[in-house]
Amino acid sequence: MGHVTYDESKKLANKTIVILAVITISEVLFALIGKGYIIDGVHFPHWLIAGVMILMSIIKAYLIIYEFMHMKYEVPGLVKTVLLPTLLLVWAIIAFSAEGKDWKARRDLIKHKNSETSELFMKK
Amino acid sequence: MDTDTLTHHDETTQQGSWDGASQPFKASYGKLMMWYFLLSDSFTFAGFLIAYGALRFSMPTWPVPDFVFSSLPGDIHHMPLIFVTIMTFILLASSYTMVRAVQEGHQENSKGVVKWMALTIIGGAAFLGCQAWEWTTLIGKEHMTILTNPFGTHTEAGVYLEGDGHDIKEGDAVIPGKSYIIHKHGDEWGQLKYKVTEGENAGQTKQLEFGPKAFGALFFFITGFHGFHVLSGVVFLLIIMLNAASGLYAKRKNGYEMVEKIGLYWHFVDLVWVFVFLLFYLI
Repeated sequence: MGHVTYDESKKLANKTIVILAVITISEVLFALIGKGYIIDGVHFPHWLIAGVMILMSIIKAYLIIYEFMHMKYEVPGLVKTVLLPTLLLVWAIIAFSAEGKDWKARRDLIKHKNSETSELFMKK
Repeated sequence: MDTDTLTHHDETTQQGSWDGASQPFKASYGKLMMWYFLLSDSFTFAGFLIAYGALRFSMPTWPVPDFVFSSLPGDIHHMPLIFVTIMTFILLASSYTMVRAVQEGHQENSKGVVKWMALTIIGGAAFLGCQAWEWTTLIGKEHMTILTNPFGTHTEAGVYLEGDGHDIKEGDAVIPGKSYIIHKHGDEWGQLKYKVTEGENAGQTKQLEFGPKAFGALFFFITGFHGFHVLSGVVFLLIIMLNAASGLYAKRKNGYEMVEKIGLYWHFVDLVWVFVFLLFYLI
């Protein structure tokens, strides 16, 4: 704002929306190809699909925040006060994913122990 | 005389960045507070999405999205992810028209602002319409509620002993990792019987089990919370468009800043959708 002229910013918005649309189409195509819907017998490993999707979503988020929401043209102080607190979420994502996996491990363990007990009763 | 001294006084003492006279972040109070509101809102959404992730990780299986979300209006089925991709495009397009409205505002072009905001409102309403259809299908036809999840995933190989009159026929193979839906006939749930053919339970007859219970609640609460944001966005867009049309913002001579603020909110709603789309539909 003030940094770019009206025509320049119009062009930039056009370019950004085209990139966002292309990323979205490639995400869906990648998901469908990776799961064998388009070409028979082709399957990508789940970590690859998830990794590519997360990466593309982060690029989309960057474009929306920096171009559409004009974060690029704000002063560094504003950018930092808005973006740095979200780093706390990195911890939250790691911690709760680990917690979720732990719930599953414990549930499996209980199931396993239960089947052991019932086998013992069967033998008696 | 008194006013003169007062003005003079203000100029000499309020010079530092934090004295109140200048804007250290070169953004108005309203715009700055919109940014901080969005920051706090992102934590609310993150809380929901992280809960979704933790519960999903805690389950041995999870409904496969390209099976759950594969219907289109007009009784079209087995078109994975197509409808939700259309929804995503509608929201992206409305974000673009919002950018254009803000740009016209900086040009003090009232007609341009009203035109592009009207298009944004149409986009928002179209997105809500799509979501209403999606919910109606899930609740009305597939009988998913916040406590019942008819979408399950096979964990064992086997053979169906009966058909459901839809996609599954007697004698069809039960393939591990493949999704199924339990149909409801009247008040009865059609939990089909199948025979396990491999593994330690080979030979046993089992019936289809319901999928992870949390799926319905997570889906309806998260997409519902997002949809509510879209709805409030549409209402605010409408109010601000009418104000712009009435010439209120032209009088303020601040480059239609109100349009810029609702623009920030609208892009944020689009941003959240990127992650809802990622976690619910893509992965």
